[in-house]
Amino acid sequence: MSLLEIVNVTRSFGGLTAVDGVSLTVAPGELVSVIGPNGAGKTTLFNLITGLDAPDAGEIRFEGRSIGGLPPERLAALGLARTFQHGRVFANLSVLDNVLLGAHTRLRAVRPQVPLVGPLVELALALVRPASVRAEEQRLRDEAREILTLFGERLLPRIDQPAYSLSYANRRRVEIARALALRPRLLLLDEPTAGMNPSETAEMLEIIRALKARGLTILLIEHKLELVMELSDRVVVMDDGRVIAEGAPELVRNDPAVIEAYLGHSTIGEAADAAPRELEAV
Amino acid sequence: MNSFLDHTINGLIIGNIYALVAVGLALIFGVSNLINFAHGSVYMVGAYIGWVCVAALGTPLPLTLATVMAGCAVLGVAIERLGLRPLQGAPRIAPLLATIGISFVLDQLVQLIFSPDPRSLPSQLPSWRLQVGSGSIGALDLFVAAAGIASAALLYAFLRFTRLGAAVRATAQDRDAALQMGVDVNRVNQVVFAIASALGGLSGVLVGMYYNNIFPAMGFQATLKGFVAQLVGGAGNVPGAIAGSLLLGLIESYGIAILGTSYRNLFAFIILMAVLAWRPNGLFSAGRKLPPEPLTGTFVAPSRPLSVPRWALAAAVGAALILPLVWRDSYVVQTLTNAWLYGMLALSLTLVAGTAGQMSLGHAGLLAIGGYASALLALDLGVPVPLAVLLAGLITAALGTLLVFPAFRLRGHYIAIATLAIGEIVNLVILNWEGLTRGPIGVAGIPPLELFGQPLVDAASVYWVALAVMVGLALLQWRLTQFHLGRTLRAIREDDVAARAFGISLNRYKGLAFAVSGFAAGLSGAITAHMYSYINHETFNTQISVLALTMVILGGLGNIVGAILGAVALIGLPELFRGLAEYRMLVYGLVLLLLVRFRPQGVMGTV
Repeated sequence: MSLLEIVNVTRSFGGLTAVDGVSLTVAPGELVSVIGPNGAGKTTLFNLITGLDAPDAGEIRFEGRSIGGLPPERLAALGLARTFQHGRVFANLSVLDNVLLGAHTRLRAVRPQVPLVGPLVELALALVRPASVRAEEQRLRDEAREILTLFGERLLPRIDQPAYSLSYANRRRVEIARALALRPRLLLLDEPTAGMNPSETAEMLEIIRALKARGLTILLIEHKLELVMELSDRVVVMDDGRVIAEGAPELVRNDPAVIEAYLGHSTIGEAADAAPRELEAV
Repeated sequence: MNSFLDHTINGLIIGNIYALVAVGLALIFGVSNLINFAHGSVYMVGAYIGWVCVAALGTPLPLTLATVMAGCAVLGVAIERLGLRPLQGAPRIAPLLATIGISFVLDQLVQLIFSPDPRSLPSQLPSWRLQVGSGSIGALDLFVAAAGIASAALLYAFLRFTRLGAAVRATAQDRDAALQMGVDVNRVNQVVFAIASALGGLSGVLVGMYYNNIFPAMGFQATLKGFVAQLVGGAGNVPGAIAGSLLLGLIESYGIAILGTSYRNLFAFIILMAVLAWRPNGLFSAGRKLPPEPLTGTFVAPSRPLSVPRWALAAAVGAALILPLVWRDSYVVQTLTNAWLYGMLALSLTLVAGTAGQMSLGHAGLLAIGGYASALLALDLGVPVPLAVLLAGLITAALGTLLVFPAFRLRGHYIAIATLAIGEIVNLVILNWEGLTRGPIGVAGIPPLELFGQPLVDAASVYWVALAVMVGLALLQWRLTQFHLGRTLRAIREDDVAARAFGISLNRYKGLAFAVSGFAAGLSGAITAHMYSYINHETFNTQISVLALTMVILGGLGNIVGAILGAVALIGLPELFRGLAEYRMLVYGLVLLLLVRFRPQGVMGTV
């Protein structure tokens, strides 16, 4: 059974149809990349999956249950984690706090699911702090450190520093660490290497590869095609709100429709390799 | 039915006056995304310039109006240049706070120069009246309507047909793009402020003539009415502001006819809350907007808080405890008691505005609920005072959270406006619900604080009770904001979109923050009520809300020790310079301005 099923989803903003009848599936353990030129509708699709926006038509199913239109908080509780295109970390909070917040949905001792008076119980537990609450907090801190070791020496030495003081690349790493703290069933990465130089990109490639090796299901938006080709089990190409190609990386890379979407016209793509033409005399 | 026409005409005239204010606010908001709290003060200054012209100089009407408009335009440009342009890079809510500071300073300056008493502003128009239906229209009514229509038409022509007008519209749409196209955005800002202020001043002098009454505090209501009108029409939308103003004027007029004058302002605020709750983009749009990218909306300036060692804190508390025994000046003891009570309020505010990032300008309303709840429980139900105070805290927590709940979906500066309105609504309800609160008479004979059945009447005992409660609340708040609750609230402050994406329910945690905050504020109001033994709807006014905000920013948003320090500083220090008592509000306004500009993280740093 697929983990994520998107069936014929459409979303329009006024006159612009950002996502037009898109369907795609993601099986457990797969890494699926969504690529396409700017404005193709990729981030809108992500927003629809993660509850920041609701589809006008179509269905989105996660582990068999319909999630279209559910708010982001519910989706997080179901095991969906995401990173954002421009890196939305909690700027004034430390790296550790950022990662701990990723585990919010996993708080059980201090946040019991009691109807009606739940918030008051949470308040009381935060005040009194019985042994179970303290143990949970300690456990989550240990887990957060473990997650940060994935990034080598990049984040651990800075664990108590506020996120705004980190470099851009480090902030994006914190974002991923935060998402991992949720122990997601499905991880959505929105251009994780945007703005990174080649060596940072290579590092990120290894991290994502390691996550995939651990069995994490990942849906990735990316522009860097080498990354996409190396990591993906399947590639979905969008242009103008529609899926124009889908399949294994090597197949998609040579698909004429894909080349045209990225480069304009297929003949121009060939001509760029050839010697410049002589201008004809009039 | 005859009077329906009367009330309609009346409503439209009033609406015209509001429109002059609202249009200015809409222009400023459209171009610089700024909520200009100082606009009402400019309106008030306009009225006073008019008074100087009419009563002192005796100038003819056209000259009066021209002077008013020119004077206010200059004032507007000065506000933009000195108060707001330096804050261009700061988070959006910084200019809002700066304009609050400016409005304080302007209001107090005028009050110092002209005295707080109202004075009359005779209309310089002939006093004939036209019969219309069962009522009549006077020359002034027609003039106000003409002024409103003429201004709207001129403004439309300016925006539509001149190059500068096009530059204004371009800047309103996309400031960066306009900048890139060579538009002098600073000049556009100045022009907009000049026009908006001129219109505001004109409105002020017309209102003064219409009611034959001006007073230094008249600006505040105008600002709020202008906001309501603007929000109803869609923020930044000039035609919408006019439509909203007319609508507001009509509703007020009909409402007064049905329910009486004292309800006038209540309508404005209820409409405001309704619009904010259901149609924050205004009545004329139905947009489902996606949230903007991060680093918008909140005020918290990044900083490392100064850490105070525990022993120093313990020593300070110890010193505070023995102070009444050592320093037997009852005036000092009373001042510090006041400081502790404000300290509770500052703690309460720093939790929601600092830790949770919800800028609240209506905390005085929470004080009022607490004060009245405790007073009425003790007087009317005979509840023993200590229990009444505790219950008042709980009632304020519940009621306060309930009242703010409709505003939870709002962000950034809209929360500030909504909470301001809620604070006003609380006081207006207290004023009008005579059966419960004794209305304008207030509640007298409130029993004093007591402990174990013994009434506490000397200054030192009250001091110790206030100190103990404040320290207790500080410890409670410190404990609560450690670990998961603190970081969850801060996450909401930092980036509520990311917070939601990780399962944090905004309503739940905002509710918790306001509940705890309400409890602290309620206790403060309750103790105050028993200490003063008399309270009315003006005891806990908006000035207190702004003062609390200044204390909290001075101490550092979210900083518990800072909040108490801010309270002691702003209550204690002015008492040292007692000769300057008249200038106290002026000083508070200046302090707020300077803090926002030069040290937004406060003395102790934000947490």
